[in-house]
Amino acid sequence: MAAEAISRALRDGALEGEHAPALTIKDSIHAPLGAFVFDHILAQLSSNISSSKSQAQLRIVDCYTDPLGWKIQLAESGIVSNRSTQNATTASLCKNVRDLDMLFSSIVELGKEVIRETKGRFAVAIDSVSEILRHASISSAASLLSNLRSHDQVACLFWLFHSDLHEMKASSALEYISSMVACVEPISNTANGKGMNSENVPLIEQNLGRGKFSVRFKRRNGRIRLMSEELHTEQMGINFVPAFEGHVTSQSLVPKVQFNLQLSEKERNDRAKVVLPFEHQGDGKPIQIYDGRRSVSESKTENKETNAEKMHVNEDSGRGEIIYIRDSDDEMPDSDEDPDDDLISDSTIFFLTVGILELLTN
Amino acid sequence: MMSSNSANNLLDEALGFNDECGGGGGGLLLLIEDRVETSGAFILHHLIKRRLSSPNRPNDVVVFLSFAHPFSHYDRILRKMGCNLGVQKENKRFVYYDMLNLNYPVTDGEKGAEDLLLSVYGKIQKTVELCSSREGYKNSTIMIDDISLMEVALCGSSNLVLDFLHYCYSLATQFDCLVIILNHEDVYSTVDVPSPLLQMEYLANIVIKAEPLATGLATDVHGQLTVLNKGICQGSGCSKSKIRNFHFRVKENCVEYFYPGSRT
Repeated sequence: MAAEAISRALRDGALEGEHAPALTIKDSIHAPLGAFVFDHILAQLSSNISSSKSQAQLRIVDCYTDPLGWKIQLAESGIVSNRSTQNATTASLCKNVRDLDMLFSSIVELGKEVIRETKGRFAVAIDSVSEILRHASISSAASLLSNLRSHDQVACLFWLFHSDLHEMKASSALEYISSMVACVEPISNTANGKGMNSENVPLIEQNLGRGKFSVRFKRRNGRIRLMSEELHTEQMGINFVPAFEGHVTSQSLVPKVQFNLQLSEKERNDRAKVVLPFEHQGDGKPIQIYDGRRSVSESKTENKETNAEKMHVNEDSGRGEIIYIRDSDDEMPDSDEDPDDDLISDSTIFFLTVGILELLTN
Repeated sequence: MMSSNSANNLLDEALGFNDECGGGGGGLLLLIEDRVETSGAFILHHLIKRRLSSPNRPNDVVVFLSFAHPFSHYDRILRKMGCNLGVQKENKRFVYYDMLNLNYPVTDGEKGAEDLLLSVYGKIQKTVELCSSREGYKNSTIMIDDISLMEVALCGSSNLVLDFLHYCYSLATQFDCLVIILNHEDVYSTVDVPSPLLQMEYLANIVIKAEPLATGLATDVHGQLTVLNKGICQGSGCSKSKIRNFHFRVKENCVEYFYPGSRT
C-alpha cells in the first residue's frame, strides 16, 4: 500500500551518505484532504518510533499563535494581556515567521536539545509550507527545506502544501526537493466553474470525504515508482483502500505516446518461448542453438547433425563451455536496497513544527 | 419553506449552530461569498440578529468592523427585523468600529497599513478579553463587512488582510469566538495569480456562497445558497463535511429559504 510505503521510508530515515527522505503532501481546494493525510503520517511515524526501543518525544515550534509578533507587541505596550501567548508555554514560540534563517536555527536547536543524550536523530513535520510561502519567497522556503534535509541529525522531513495557492514553479521547486510526492486528487470530476446546482452537490460532497491518493517515489538510482490507492475519511481519521480497479497499481513511468510501448499477453508469451543463443537449457535434451536466421523448428530438423557434432566436440574437449544464465526480465522491486534497511533506527526522536496546535489535543 | 424569523430555518440547519444554546459556532471562521447579482449582505444581517437575540446568551457580544456602510444603514435594516442595534450598542453588546472614518495611511504604504491593522486588532482583542471575563459569557462574534474594501483600505495588500484574519482566527480558537467575513467572489475573478479568496476558503470552517440561479433571473427566487460545512474535529473524532444547496427569496423583513421545487 502506498501509505504504508511512505511510513516505512520515513521510519527508516536517512541512509549513510544520503539526504533525509522528504515527503510533500499535496492537495487542492477540490480535494482538501491533505491535512488528514498529514495527521495520519504523523501518527504512523510516532507509533513506529514508540514501538521501537526509543521513546517518541514531541516538540513544537509554534508558528501559529503569533507569527508576526503582534500579540507580543500589544502585550508589551499594555493594550492587551499576555494571556494569548501564555498558552504556548509547552512550545517554542516563533515571533517572526518571515525570518526563515531564525526558524531553521530554532528547529535545529530544539532538535539537538532533545536528542542530546541519546545521540539519535529527529524528524521534522511542517504544517504547512503554504503558510510559510505567504511570508517568504519560494527560494527562501526551498532553502529552509533543503538545509533541513541535508542536516546530519534530521532523520526525515515531511510537509503539507496546497498546490492551487501557488504558481507552478513553487510546486515544482518543492517536488524537486522531495524524495516522495503524495498527491490527493478529487475522486469525482465536478463541473467546477460552471455554476452550482443541486445536481453536482453530491459529487462535491463526495470529494470532501474521498480522494485519489497517488504517490511518486524517487529511488536512489533515479527510477520512479508510482503507487495509487483511494483514501476515505472516517470519524477517527482516514482509511486507505486499493484503487477502484481492485488492486494497487504499481506502474513504471511509461510516457504517453502515439505508438505502443507495452507488450500484449500474446507478445509476452511469444517472447518467453524464444530460445536465446548460448542459453543453458540443462534439461538433458540435445542443446538447440538458434542462429537467428531460421525458426527453432527448422533448426531442429536441418541442423540436427551439426548440433550433435558440436555437442560431441564439447563433451570430448573438456576444455570449457559457455554457460549463459539469463538475467530475470522482471527485477524484483527494492532489490537494490540493503535488506538491513528495514531495521528501525535507534533513538529517533520525533520533532514537529506545527501550524495548528489543536492536533495535539486529539 | 422557512423564513429567517422562524427557528431552525434551512440556513441555521446548514450552519449547524445549536439553536438550544442560542448560538454556537465558537472557534470557527465563516466566510460569505457573494456576487454583484446576488448580494450576501442579508446573511450578515440574519447572523447579527441571531447572535444578539439569543435569550440563553445575554452577555454575548458582536464586534463589527464596517468598511462598507455607516451604522445607520445596519440600524435601519435590523430594526425592520425586530432588533434595535442602537440599544444593543448602548448596552455594549454591539461594538461597532466605523472603519470608513479612520485615517487610512495613504503615504506610509504597507508599513503604515500594518501599524493601523495592529491597532485595530489590539482593540478587538481587548474587547473580546473584557467580554470573556464577564459572568455568563458564552462567546463573541467578530464580523467584517467587507474584506475587499478592507484590502482597499490597506493599500491593496491582500497579504495583510490574510494576516489579520489569521490573528482573528487564533483569537476565535482561544476565546471561543465566531469570526464572520463577507467577500465578493467576482472581484477576484480576473486575477491571474492564485486568488486570496482561495486562501480564505482554506482558512474557513464554513463557506456560504450566494449565487444566481443557473437558469438565470426569476421573480420568485432571488438566488441560491450553497453552504459548505467542513465539520469540526474534537477529542471524540471528526464530524463529516456536509454541503447543502437551497434557494432564497429576500423579502422586506425576512428571507425565505426553500429547496428547489418545494415552493408552492
